[in-house]
This record gives sequence, C-alpha cells and structure tokens, in this order.
Amino acid sequence: MIVVPCPYCGPRNSVDLRNCGEVVPRPDPSTASLSEWSTYLYLRENPAGWITETWYCRSGCRRYFTIERNTVTNEIRDSEAS
Amino acid sequence: MARHAYKYSAGKLLKHGLTHGDWPRMWRRPERRDSYDVVIIGGGLHGLATAYYLAKDHGITNVAVLDKGYLGGGSGRNTAIVRSNYLTPDGVAFYDRSLDLYNTMSADLNLNIMFSRRGHLTLAHTDSALRTMNWRAEVNKLQGIDSSVIGPDEVKRLAPSLDVSPDTRYPILGALHHPPGGVVRHDAVVWGYARAADHLGVHMLQETEVIDIVCEGGNGRDGKGPGGKVTGVRTNRGDISTPVVVNCTAGWASLISNMAGVPLAITTHPLQAAVTEPCKVFLPTVVVSGSLHVYVSQTDRGELVFGASIDPVGTYRVNGTLEFTEELAGHVLELMPGISKMRLLRQWSGLCDMTPDYSPIMGFTPVEGYLVDVGWGTYGFKAGPVAGETLAETIATGRTADLIAPFTIDRFTEGDLVGEKGAAAVGH
Repeated sequence: MIVVPCPYCGPRNSVDLRNCGEVVPRPDPSTASLSEWSTYLYLRENPAGWITETWYCRSGCRRYFTIERNTVTNEIRDSEAS
Repeated sequence: MARHAYKYSAGKLLKHGLTHGDWPRMWRRPERRDSYDVVIIGGGLHGLATAYYLAKDHGITNVAVLDKGYLGGGSGRNTAIVRSNYLTPDGVAFYDRSLDLYNTMSADLNLNIMFSRRGHLTLAHTDSALRTMNWRAEVNKLQGIDSSVIGPDEVKRLAPSLDVSPDTRYPILGALHHPPGGVVRHDAVVWGYARAADHLGVHMLQETEVIDIVCEGGNGRDGKGPGGKVTGVRTNRGDISTPVVVNCTAGWASLISNMAGVPLAITTHPLQAAVTEPCKVFLPTVVVSGSLHVYVSQTDRGELVFGASIDPVGTYRVNGTLEFTEELAGHVLELMPGISKMRLLRQWSGLCDMTPDYSPIMGFTPVEGYLVDVGWGTYGFKAGPVAGETLAETIATGRTADLIAPFTIDRFTEGDLVGEKGAAAVGH
C-alpha cells in the first residue's frame, strides 16, 4: 500500500486517488513545434529514483496536487498544492 | 563459430535414464570478445530470440547478448498465455505470426516447449464488452484467425467450473472463443532459444551489466541523442565496441534508452500474478475476463495461475500488495465460486513497460545503430518469437520489417498511434 499525503485530506491509501504521472512542463500550444508537443504528450523520463508527480484526490477533496516519490522505494517527500 | 549440436531425443532420454549419465550443459559461458557485430542488451526471451534469428536466418553470428543477471530472469514472470485475437489488424497479423512460430518451435529448437493449445475464452459481462468481442471476432475472421463469439451455454460446455447463471453481479453474457490460443512453458522457450543461439555461435554474457552506451556525433551530452551513432557499450566487465546496440530490456527500457539519449514514451508499472496450490485438473481452457481484470489457466501440475491488469501507480518496486490479493480473490470467485477453499501458494509481480497505445516500440531510432524492442507491456511473451524474427530482419537488411512498421518510434511524433484495445491491460 502506498500512503499518499493529500494536502487537504491528510494521508490516504493510493487506491482512493488517481496517479496522473510525472509532471511534464506544458509548452505553449500556439507556438510549440510538433516535436515539442509530442514530447509533452508522450515522452517520459521514467527514472528509477525521485520523480515529481501529480495526484488527483478522486474520492476526497477532488483536487490535484504534486508530490515527490521515489519510484524504487515508493517513499514520498514534500507535498504542495498545485 | 558454430559447434556440433547435442540433439535431444527419446533415445537419448532412455539412455540417460538407464545410465544416469550427465547431460551436457545447454549453453557455454563464453570468453567476452572486445568487439561484436551486434550487441543485444537483455538476455530474456526477446533478446535471445533476436540473437537466434540473426544467426539462423541471416548468418550474423558475431553477436553478444548481455544480461545484468541470468538468462530469462524476467521472462519467467509472465502468465505464459499465447493468442492472436487482438483488435487492430496490425496487432492480429503480428501476433498470429508469433503463434505460427510457437507451433513449430519444439521441433525447430529441439526442445519441448510444452505448447498446450487448449483454447482461450475472453468473457463478456456487459453489452458493451460483447460488442467489443464481436468487433474483435470480425477483425480476426477477416484475417483468417479462428475466433468467434459464443453464448453462455457454450461457455459452460467448454469450462464447466464457470458460473454462467444470469443472477450474478457480473453475469457471463458470452465470450470470444479463440481455439488456437493456449499456454507455453515460458522457461523452456528461453532455454530453447539460448541453447539454439549458443549452437550457432552467439555469445551469451550473463552477469554483465551495461553501464553506458557510447555514442558520437549526437546533439546531446557526450555525443548521445538524435543525429549521433553508436560505437559501443560500457559494462561492469569492461568495454565492448560494436556498431549496433539493441535494447531488448523490459522494466529497465527507459533507463537503458536514456543512456543513448533516446527518451521513450514509457511508464513502468508492476503487474501482479499469483498461483494456487495444485489440485486435480478441471479447467480445460484459458479464461480471461477484461471487466474483472483477471485471467486464469491451470498448469500441468494442477496449479491455477492468475494474472491481473497492471498496478495503477507506475513504480519499479515489485512487492505484492494486499489490495491485489483481495481484488483478485473476489473476482476469481465471482467467476468460479467452487474454488473458494483453495489457497494461494505464492504471488509475484513483473515490470511492464507501458506505452500510451498498448503497443511496443520497435526498430530504428534517431541514433544510428541503436535499435529498440521495448514497451512490451502485458504482451511481450506471446510476441517473443515474432519480435525476434522481425527485429533480426530489420538489423540484417537495414530496413524496417513490414510487420513492425506500425510499431516504430516515429509514430509518436507523427501522431499515428496504434490503439490496441485487445491488450490484457485494457478493461472492457
């Protein structure tokens, strides 16, 4: 079980939330090139280590927030609203 | 250099049984050379199959297969199911070729891979699932695949242990029946390819971990990245120079690919599976339920093997979870209430590299000499032989093989995704 600290609802089992994956900066759609846009849509770092990721508290406050999680140990640090 | 192959046969089995003589080792532990024509990273089913077809079909035998652990370390974690009743025409053609190769593999590799062609049932519990099954059946039939939709009575006849009564929470409304599907002894496939590749002169270097891929001329750090070309690999046992590096890893595909400066459209998720204690054989086919995220088959030893869909959170951690066990047990009992007293023997998980369109990424990349065979999600085992065959053709001819043309890395920039909704990870 992964316990995810929702900044509004407190610690919750990850099954109560939805993992939205790595945070990827969104380029400006009006100026982004095709390759920048496909990089944003599809390419992921997918590292074995710390990532910054977005979660959606779907059965609680229904807000989005980001945390840092280690993909090898599932250890979590830092939780800030976004 | 090819060496004389030690053939297995009934006569040899009898002889060894009577004399208790030692069997020869299936493959050697060769001395590493400083340079190879092709270096394959990953000594699992895909890497070994690629090496075997390179040597057998194209005469390229100066090949090394590197693995950081032992051969087939990850290839024994799947649930050993093979089938070709996918949804997209691209997927169907590809996986059907793989089934053909599995059909003749025991003879081709001179090793019994225990292919049990017992049929494959994909259950439908809702009208929409039934609609998808009909769609799949029609796509399949058009391409000459034996696949049809059957009703609950026929399901009951094929698998009497299933509860097909209409008053369950997820009633079985019908199923997609695919008689050519079945299960294969997954370790035997790895051993068969390894042994055959070894006979043809391929070097399999175990406990050899790739630390870096050496490139030059690219626009990224250290000459990596698009526009560059591969010159070799750096391993924990020394450097190897080679013009061609093939990434046949699963679970670590992104990490290896980043070494060449080629980021991938992959997120790694664990997929959990479990096996029960053995009991009398009662389940004659493979049973899959997309809605309930479960697939079941019975091994020759009588154990029930359960697989599920991928875990929702991407991670490299492969520990089992209670959520999985609870959900699995609930769903299996929904289908087969009669096994409620059976106990789970063991559960495990394997890493699945998931792409956004449930299809692999294969072939050339923007880095010259660096090829990929990655993103195998939940469908890597059944595709192993055809992946090896087509990748070997691609390497030998310098041209992307027709069967894998839909799966190239360019599809993400060109917006030409495959959308394989027939994959095991997709709920219906």
